[in-house]
Amino acid sequence: MSTDSYADAYDTTEGRVHTLVGGDWDSVHGAPEGQQERVVVNMGPQHPSTHGVLRMILELEGESVIEARSAIGYLHTGIEKNLEYRSWTQGVTFVTRMDYLSPFFNETAYCLAVEKLLGITDQIPERATVIRVMLMELNRISSHLVCLATGGMELGALTAMTIGLREREIVLELFELITGLRMNHAFIRPGGLAQDLPAGAEQKIREGIAKLKKNFKDTSNMLVDNSVWMARTSGVGYLDLTGCVALGMTGPVLRSTGMPWDLRKTQPYCGYETYEFKVATQTSADAYGRFLIRLEEMDESLKIVEQCLDRLRPGPVMVDDKKIAWPSQLAVGGDGQGNSLEHIKNIMGESMEALIHHFKLVTEGFQVPAGQVYQAVESPRGELGVHMVSDGGTRPYRVHYRDPSFNNLQAVPAMSEGGQVADLIAVVASIDPVMGGVDR
Amino acid sequence: MTESPNTENSVENIGTSTSSHPVGQRVGSFHVKGSGDTSGFGGLVQTIAIPGATARPFGSWFDAAADVLETSLVKQGIKVKDAIEHYTVDRNELTIVVRRENLISVAQTLRDDEALRFEVCVSVSGVHWPEDAGRELRANIELLSMTHNRRVRVEVAVPDSDRHVPSVTAIWPSADWHERETYDFFGLIFDGHPALTRIQMPDDWDGHPQRKDYPLGGIPIEYKGATVPAPSERRSYS
Repeated sequence: MSTDSYADAYDTTEGRVHTLVGGDWDSVHGAPEGQQERVVVNMGPQHPSTHGVLRMILELEGESVIEARSAIGYLHTGIEKNLEYRSWTQGVTFVTRMDYLSPFFNETAYCLAVEKLLGITDQIPERATVIRVMLMELNRISSHLVCLATGGMELGALTAMTIGLREREIVLELFELITGLRMNHAFIRPGGLAQDLPAGAEQKIREGIAKLKKNFKDTSNMLVDNSVWMARTSGVGYLDLTGCVALGMTGPVLRSTGMPWDLRKTQPYCGYETYEFKVATQTSADAYGRFLIRLEEMDESLKIVEQCLDRLRPGPVMVDDKKIAWPSQLAVGGDGQGNSLEHIKNIMGESMEALIHHFKLVTEGFQVPAGQVYQAVESPRGELGVHMVSDGGTRPYRVHYRDPSFNNLQAVPAMSEGGQVADLIAVVASIDPVMGGVDR
Repeated sequence: MTESPNTENSVENIGTSTSSHPVGQRVGSFHVKGSGDTSGFGGLVQTIAIPGATARPFGSWFDAAADVLETSLVKQGIKVKDAIEHYTVDRNELTIVVRRENLISVAQTLRDDEALRFEVCVSVSGVHWPEDAGRELRANIELLSMTHNRRVRVEVAVPDSDRHVPSVTAIWPSADWHERETYDFFGLIFDGHPALTRIQMPDDWDGHPQRKDYPLGGIPIEYKGATVPAPSERRSYS
């Protein structure tokens, strides 16, 4: 017997239980003849194939998963609580950090909800909405590429990882050009955008999507119809439509059952009803089908980005209402960042009222009429919903994010129990949870 | 389900006669406590009110859905006023405020009646209004009907002294983790939940962090000799 005080054996109502900590397997001599042997394995929260800090508690008999339970909360940062102590505009900086692979979706959902509470949904300038759609669709591509990359890595397809991360870099460079940051942008603001596209951005985006389009073939050639990849994902993680509806599944998991449910089509926001694109579906209801859906969605997203570029017309990117609109456009000054010179000239030299107004709007913020709304957008992982409550003050009274990963992780037992341990990895990868969004 | 956008939900249709429900008071202009009032607005008292009951007609599809729900409840032998406190139509969203005694019957009807068919429970979350006596805690159940392409919110208000709400996990299994999170953050106890344990906070955590009486915490930030107070200690304007 081991001398480790954490590794001992004791009797329970279900039989003798041995606790092992590694390197001491020799101390267990197996179950007596005629008795079942069940191994409880703790996987994660720090494990390279659990897609972040997800912890799985598995009961195994041999290689078969008898029970799988997920434990979350290891990345809980209290963002929803923090939002209650910040102005409505400052909130964007927090929500962008929730699901860190789809920041623009978090921001847009938040801003659409604030705008709905304010009743200014119809007043958002056309250009701001088109840029929001363009950023979201580019973001969908970068997010799906990470899903393929990490999913591939977890199943041993390392080249898929290098290709996926290489392609994502193209999108991240565009994000850096447009917003100044590769992640956590806080670029979409209640009422519009933080600033307009920089000079030359449209050309750079066109070049970027041309590159992506060309390289997508590599990704497809790498994994589509690849017999090893299919063996790992085909028929794995099966969940039919009934199961999906009962468990509230949305996104690629729901669409892999053949259900063409995509909020961009069914409950359009940001003018999605005016764009031409297809909703990707499969009928296999397995991990391979979800992979094919993500590939197709990236193609469709590129089409939407192209349509956005064709629609971009010069114009304002912030709502007209000066009681809501951020007073200045940011510009790069001598110190690297700052307000536009024209605005500084106005508030410092010409109009004291403009200075007071700027100060009030930035420090105090604007008031939002009391009430509650629910606003959902189709994020790369499914329905991202925001339940937002205002008490009429300058800060959110309560913001709840219905994160698709949080909800979808509930399906892990249904998809994996009875299968092999190795399939569990494919199951989690096919749900594509992002723990930053799950735990918030 | 339909492929076309939901055109029946135009903003013109929304219910216009909604009463307001007081939930608290806002005093002064800057919420400064412990120091003298320099703003001149220290005596200002405003009532905080949220949308309350909406009178019929609601507009849009809301009237028809409410009729179907009420008819079905009566058929089950439940008096409408025992099940439904009121409806709120605000910003073109329908909220059904339900008494917890009959939440399960209402939920079952919303899911199963073919004119309603809210087959997906999208989310459950809570809101804490500490000054709304007898109705301090709210559970908000967001429902989605893929069949009819509609959304509705079911709200249950309970007193802080008796924070029990029946669990809807038997009707919508997806509510499982959402109810655990609401329990974790607000202390709402969902009776009938298969394993109501904390989900985000550690098992041995004290208190329920999203309640308004739970402090945000945080420490002052010091940088180059200047100190910025913790976020909850800064002057607020709301």
